[in-house]
Amino acid sequence: MVSLAPDARLTGSAPARRWTRSFRRRTAVPGFGLTMGITLTVLCLVVLIPLSSVAIKAAGMGWSDFAQAAFSRRAINAYKLSFGASLIGAVINGVFGALTAWALVRYKFPGRMLLNGLVDLPFALPTAVAGIALAALYAPNGLIGGVLAKVGVKAAYNYTGVVIALTFIGLPFVVRTLEPVLRELSADVEEASATLGATGLQTVVRVIAPALLPAWLTGFALAFARGVGEYGSVIFIAGNMPFKTEIAPLLITMQLEQFDYASASAIAVVMLLASFALLLLINAIQAWSRRHEG
Amino acid sequence: MAFDRPEPSETALTPVADPTTAPAAAIRLDRVSKLFGRFAALKGVELEVRPGELLAVLGPSGSGKTTLLRLVAGLEFPDEGRILFGDDDVTLTKASDRRVGFVFQQYALFKHMTVAKNVAFGLDVRRKDKPSRKDRDARVAELLKLVELGDLGKRFPLQLSGGQRQRVALARALAVSPRVLLLDEPFGALDATVRKSLRRELRRIHDATQVTTVFITHDQEEALELSDRVVVLNEGRIEQIGTPDEILNAPATAFVAGFVGQSNAFHGEVRAEVFRAEGMTLPAPGLADGPAEAFVRADQWALSSGKGLEVKVLRVPPSAGLLRVEVEDPHGRPLEAALLRAEGVAKPAVGDKIRLRATGGRVFPSP
Repeated sequence: MVSLAPDARLTGSAPARRWTRSFRRRTAVPGFGLTMGITLTVLCLVVLIPLSSVAIKAAGMGWSDFAQAAFSRRAINAYKLSFGASLIGAVINGVFGALTAWALVRYKFPGRMLLNGLVDLPFALPTAVAGIALAALYAPNGLIGGVLAKVGVKAAYNYTGVVIALTFIGLPFVVRTLEPVLRELSADVEEASATLGATGLQTVVRVIAPALLPAWLTGFALAFARGVGEYGSVIFIAGNMPFKTEIAPLLITMQLEQFDYASASAIAVVMLLASFALLLLINAIQAWSRRHEG
Repeated sequence: MAFDRPEPSETALTPVADPTTAPAAAIRLDRVSKLFGRFAALKGVELEVRPGELLAVLGPSGSGKTTLLRLVAGLEFPDEGRILFGDDDVTLTKASDRRVGFVFQQYALFKHMTVAKNVAFGLDVRRKDKPSRKDRDARVAELLKLVELGDLGKRFPLQLSGGQRQRVALARALAVSPRVLLLDEPFGALDATVRKSLRRELRRIHDATQVTTVFITHDQEEALELSDRVVVLNEGRIEQIGTPDEILNAPATAFVAGFVGQSNAFHGEVRAEVFRAEGMTLPAPGLADGPAEAFVRADQWALSSGKGLEVKVLRVPPSAGLLRVEVEDPHGRPLEAALLRAEGVAKPAVGDKIRLRATGGRVFPSP
């Protein structure tokens, strides 16, 4: 009976308390207020406000002007190239990055440390340096381009060139996201698969690949996102022909150089929304592939 | 029940004319040795596992018991010797072709598959004699029922408790109708209560399926309680093979005597077939005079009114049945004794000096 008294006193502030409670559950993990506050502040300052200023800029131009700038034939071709080549680059990285991660984790071989360091090089290299080096190598008079030209393959100043550049800069993502997961995957599971009669291939396809899928998707998404936004390394090897080998970031830069800020913003908004939609989709697939962890 | 018995080998089918011929072993290890670098994990091990028996391999860590199990499974290959399943020499056969069921200490379930899919895995990957979907589902349901997880088929492993996960692992291993079921410290990762109940479960499942089973453990209680026979392994060699009773009451070597049954070791001397050390005596029939080692289990002590080992009582923990006392000998070495409560004998108090008489024990000549 005595215990009723404090409850009665609390009823006055009940709605406010309920709100705080639903937003902020009592937990032993410290620092929720601090970390969440800093996170939101930084996200706003660094990501949200700059991005919304782009949207506001574009919003100022009216629908027909916006459509004309954002969905011109030239712009649409640029989107296709940027997203298409990034997707191909990410797929290539998905395959070779997975193989590289496998080799790095599963085998001990001389030069493993060296290979390990090489993988990160695309992260560290200024993108312009990478672009110039790739262009020099893959141009028809370059070291690799010369050989390819003999068999009738043109690897620079066309779509292929763009894919090569985007593959280069996206490689570390898949390798680095897969590595820790592969290392954690216990040998037990593979041995269990073998004792149950599975061949090596069956073990890889049915046991290892599904376990790696969430991390692989993360790496794929990162490589893809990086490719969509990439500028420096691509422009040297792309050829930059309007309607053909002109990437969307380059188009934006060109609009800016002509002081056409509104058109640049319009294209930027389309890229922003398209990227966001694609990344959300990949995250959804990832959540689905992790459903068993709940 | 559709569990396949291990296929009878040819020798078992031919009438046994010579009564000294033992029935064919389900598994035979013939002078098997295994090296890891310069470390010899197994040194010329000879072992026969009888068809349908539940065999425990007991030993301290590093004794080679895991290696032994992995050699039988085909997860490692011996440097010397042969491994036979019945009459088949499987020494170089890959794990995937041996048809063994292997249960890992950490379960090793496929996390991205449901429980039912895990159990069905061995049937799904078959290239020949692959059962129809209907047969497979029936078999999975039957196995889940056997391990008492009938309604959890749609769950994922991470949604189960440790004990449930190990049951899934057991069902998965049994699904392939293994010629032998191998369990690597199957209860090692579980808490004491689950351990005990799962132990009884394993015995029940073994009796229901009659599959030849080898499990390894470092827990002597587990080995003695659960198995038909026990193999005691130490430093890559077999110390003794016998029934739990033989291992406990007739240890063949000083190592077995010291390892099994919470034994206290005493160094002393044998004279005229009697072992003497620190006021205690034990008969040592057949032993030559000289330095010797005696092992006395906790339950082999009695209070002595006359001569005996003088000890100081450290603790008298409350217990039902036997009177347990924790004592230390004159050298400060702790001993544990479980004494029969005799009529009219006062319960010793902490700090008392009492005398203990060994009522049993084993004496081995010092090496």
